[in-house]
Amino acid sequence: MSEKPRLIYFNGRGRMESVRWLLAAARVEFEEIFLDTREQYVKLIKDGSLMFQQVPLVEIDGMKMVQTRAILSYIAGKYNLYGKDLKERAFIDMYVEGITDLMHMILMFPFSPPEAKEKNLALITERATHRYFPVFEKALKQHGQDFLVGNQVSWADIQLMEVILAVEEKTPAVLLAFPQLQAFKTRMSNMPAIKKFLQPGSPRKPPPDDHYVSTVLKVLAEE
Amino acid sequence: MAGKPKLHYTNGRGKMESIRWLLAAAGVEFEEEFIETKEDLEKLRNDGSLLFQQVPMVEIDGMKMVQTRAILSYIAAKHNLYGKDLKERAWIDMYVEGTTDLMGMIMYLPFQPAEAKEKNLALIIERATARYFPAYEKVLKDHGHDYLVGNKLSWADIHLLEAILMAEECKPDILSAFPLLQAFKGRISNIPTIKKFLQPGSQRKPPADEKFIAHVKKIFNM
Repeated sequence: MSEKPRLIYFNGRGRMESVRWLLAAARVEFEEIFLDTREQYVKLIKDGSLMFQQVPLVEIDGMKMVQTRAILSYIAGKYNLYGKDLKERAFIDMYVEGITDLMHMILMFPFSPPEAKEKNLALITERATHRYFPVFEKALKQHGQDFLVGNQVSWADIQLMEVILAVEEKTPAVLLAFPQLQAFKTRMSNMPAIKKFLQPGSPRKPPPDDHYVSTVLKVLAEE
Repeated sequence: MAGKPKLHYTNGRGKMESIRWLLAAAGVEFEEEFIETKEDLEKLRNDGSLLFQQVPMVEIDGMKMVQTRAILSYIAAKHNLYGKDLKERAWIDMYVEGTTDLMGMIMYLPFQPAEAKEKNLALIIERATARYFPAYEKVLKDHGHDYLVGNKLSWADIHLLEAILMAEECKPDILSAFPLLQAFKGRISNIPTIKKFLQPGSQRKPPADEKFIAHVKKIFNM
C-alpha cells in the first residue's frame, strides 16, 4: 500500500513550496517534517538520507528523493501533469525552467544583504514584466486555450500560477499589462484543488520572514 | 525530413558543452553557429529566436529550444538515454542535478572576482571529493553495475564523465580516493561515440582561457 509522500524541509516556502503546490494541485495528501534545529539536519546527513547533504528531501514511493527539479519531474510524470508526448514535455520543461529562474530570484531575495534589497526587488519586477510574463501572455494569446501546453493542465500552469502570486506579493500591480495572465490567474484560482490550497489551513506556507531566514542560516550553519 | 540539430552559442564550453556531449554520445551529428559579437546576440533576440532572450538555443525537430535542462531532457528521451520508466528517470534526474551543480561551480570560476578564485577553487575540490564523488562511488558500489542507472548507459553516465574530466582539469588526481569512478571513467571513455568525441578534431571545446572569458563578458555585458 502506498503511503503519503513525506516532505522534509524548513517550515517555510523556499525550494519546497513548488513541491507543495504540485502535490496539492494533483490532489495528493502529504506529510511534512520541519527542520528547526541543526541537530535534525546533521542526523539526516549521518543517516545517509540526503544524497548530496541537501534538502529538500521527499520520501515518495520508496525513494528518498532530493534535488527539487527531479522531485517535481517525478510528481508531474506520475500524476499526468507532464503533457502527452515528448514535444509537449519539451515545452513544459522550457516554460518551467524560465519560471524557475524568476522564482529563484524571489527565493534568494530574503537572504540578500539589506543594501542590495532595493536593487534586487527592482530586478525581479523588471524580469517578470519584460522577460517572463510576456512569453506566457503571448503563448496564451496565440493558442487561445485555457492552459499553456496541450489544452490540458500541466506542471507549467501550476508553476506559473505560483510565480504570479509570488511576484504580486512584491509588486501588486504587476499583471496590469497582461490581460491573458489575469484571466489565467482567475481560472487557476477557481480549480477546486488549487482553490483549496489557497485557503487558510492548507499546507501552503506564508512569505519568508526574519525568523525563517535565521532558522535556515542556523540549521545550515551558514551564519 | 529533419535536418541536423543546430546549436547557437559562443565558441566555448559554457552551458552548451553538456549538450554537445549528449548529442555526440548519442551519435547525433550537429551544426554550430557561433555568437562572435554583441550584434550576433542582439540579432537572435530581435528575430524572436530566444524565448527568454538567452542562449543556449538549439534548433531541433522544428523547435527553437532554450533552457539547457529542457534541451538535455528532450535529447536524452529521444535517444533512449533516459531510463526505461518513471523511477529510472527519477534517479537519472537526481544524479544529473548533482553533476550540474558541480559543473556549474567550475563553469563560473573564471567569472568570479580574482581575490575569491583561490577560495572558490578549494570549495570546488571540497565539494567534488566530499559531496558529489562519494555519492556516485556509492551508487556504483551498491549495485556493482557498469552504469549508474538500470544497468544501461544513460544521460547520467555521460554527464558524470563530463564532470569528472572537468574536475580533473582543476586537480588531476581528484579521483584518487574513488576506485570505482576511475574504472567508470575508463569504461565510459571507451564507448566508441564518446571516444571519438574525446579525440582532437571533434566539436568538444577546450577550457576557457582569459582571452575567451574577456570576449564572453563583452558579448553578454557581464
